[in-house]
Amino acid sequence: MAADTKPGSDEALHPLASRDELREARYHRNGFVVLFAILVVAPAVLYPVFLMQALCFALFACAFNLLLGFGGLLSFGHAMFLGMAGYLSAHAAKHWGFTPELAILTGTGTAAALGFVTGLIAIRRQGIYFAMITLALAQMVFFYCVQAPFTGGEDGIQAVPRGKLLGLVPLQGLAMYYTVLAIFAAGVLLIHRVIHSPFGQVLKAIRDNEPRAISLGYRTERYKLAAFVMSAALSGLAGATKAIVFQLASLTDVHWTMSGEVVLMTLVGGLGTVFGPVVGAFVLVAMQSYLSQLGAWFTVAEGVIFVACVLAFRRGIVGELEAWLRRRRQKH
Amino acid sequence: MSISVPALMGQLLIGLINGSFYALLSLGLAVIFGLLNIINFAHGAQYMLGAFVAWFLLNQAGLGYWWALLLVPVVLAVVGIAIERLMLKHLYKLDHLYGLLLTFGLALVLEGLFTHKFGSAGLPYSIPEGLSGGYNLGFMFLPKYRAWVILASLAICLGTWFMIERTKLGSYLRAATENPSMVQAFGVNVPRMVTLTYGFGVGLAGLAGAFAAPIYQVSPQMGSSLIIVVFAVVVIGGMGSIMGSIVTGFGLGIIEGLTKYFYPEASSTVIFVIMAIVLMVRPQGLFGQR
Repeated sequence: MAADTKPGSDEALHPLASRDELREARYHRNGFVVLFAILVVAPAVLYPVFLMQALCFALFACAFNLLLGFGGLLSFGHAMFLGMAGYLSAHAAKHWGFTPELAILTGTGTAAALGFVTGLIAIRRQGIYFAMITLALAQMVFFYCVQAPFTGGEDGIQAVPRGKLLGLVPLQGLAMYYTVLAIFAAGVLLIHRVIHSPFGQVLKAIRDNEPRAISLGYRTERYKLAAFVMSAALSGLAGATKAIVFQLASLTDVHWTMSGEVVLMTLVGGLGTVFGPVVGAFVLVAMQSYLSQLGAWFTVAEGVIFVACVLAFRRGIVGELEAWLRRRRQKH
Repeated sequence: MSISVPALMGQLLIGLINGSFYALLSLGLAVIFGLLNIINFAHGAQYMLGAFVAWFLLNQAGLGYWWALLLVPVVLAVVGIAIERLMLKHLYKLDHLYGLLLTFGLALVLEGLFTHKFGSAGLPYSIPEGLSGGYNLGFMFLPKYRAWVILASLAICLGTWFMIERTKLGSYLRAATENPSMVQAFGVNVPRMVTLTYGFGVGLAGLAGAFAAPIYQVSPQMGSSLIIVVFAVVVIGGMGSIMGSIVTGFGLGIIEGLTKYFYPEASSTVIFVIMAIVLMVRPQGLFGQR
């Protein structure tokens, strides 16, 4: 095997990988290169504020997809991680005088801790119950945020200082944008790494057949909890960054509608695909900024898209695209 | 601390009222879940729709409260049957989560449409004439309408329980929950039963909305926050038993009322805390089977 592979070729790197896996790995690598190249030059064409919002939501949706697409766990309460991390990051930056990277880490750590506690409770049930439990727990966090004095109630935490990155670089204009892009890139590459690690393989095995994974000797609840905490922490990273970028943490981000929105982004883009959630987040954020003057019609549009996706379009944009490419390849 | 009896009784009454709605709605969810394996996320929106239909009947057609109690469940059942025939029936072969996502989308559509038309402010619906006023019981004041709602919803819950657990029709329903293809083989039209069951559950949600119209304001958002609490109620009770949903619904309403009196800060979260404790101790729910 090793004798007839050329050094430097894909086969030499992965002696045990099948041809399909290699093709998939190549597709993902090229996809990431194209994606990041587009995002690096995007501020020349598109409004950076729009891009930063879309990137924060894209990271949020990728974190959510890690849990649903690869762990098979539908959380209907992910807003609690986005929102709580936002509050803590805003509070740390505004009242404790933290530099932005420390504020973001504070928010991320809070979301991870919250994910650990809620995860311990939620993973005791599966499927539909898991969705209802996470939704209920998120509602509890929402009520806490409405009452707790540090969140500022209906006003939220406003005028959060962006500060200087590492105490050196003031986060204004493009510096802010590229910081967000770096955080986003780190987040999605980490998720990609996790999905393709042995841990990710076990997670997929649990998603496909939990009793079998148990009988193989895996402590499935530990894997599920780890995936949940990781997803919560990355959602928190997105929320904490968002609070610094928009200098605001508010109740919108902990509300259940936000939990529904991230489900929709993932569904529109393509559940269980690597790039789907990114595409879905951009589509939804674009829709939001163009349709925002329509008020309640936006909610109606979201609902209609939900129904259409479930009835006719379950693979999502990226999923349909991948299926079409596969069909074309098989014809040749 | 000194206990003020009228205030305590007042909170208990509110708790019982809330409990009536928890019971009615979680009962509908349990019946639908039993046969369709779908968690009806639109249940809250359908409850809201019921309240609005009652409001329309009064303000557009001049039909009062008693007509509403008769017509609202019928209208909502028709809506439910249409939803089942047009959409839900395509999902039975898929993962159960898709049913949740579809009904969530429907809830957004309904809530968005009504918010667009009526805004967020509530519309008043006056208490019907025969039921206004109340009784002075000495230690508390009991409004007639609230007593009526508690008794009526208790009667409906028990009636549903009787129908499902003690009648021939109910035995078909329970059998189809256990093994639909076997029941179909015996010549029962299971797909039609599924359709009618969804219609029944939605009708029940609509009826709850009609009951709620004179108590709460009729508003587009009245269903969404309620349904999340009802989900917690369903998790606590476990969806295995009909009587379980009724008992859990009323019980949690009372606990919530007591919390509002003794420790008001926790009143909005107490049900979720109980849910977390139940999940740690008895994950299948109080009345659920493994």
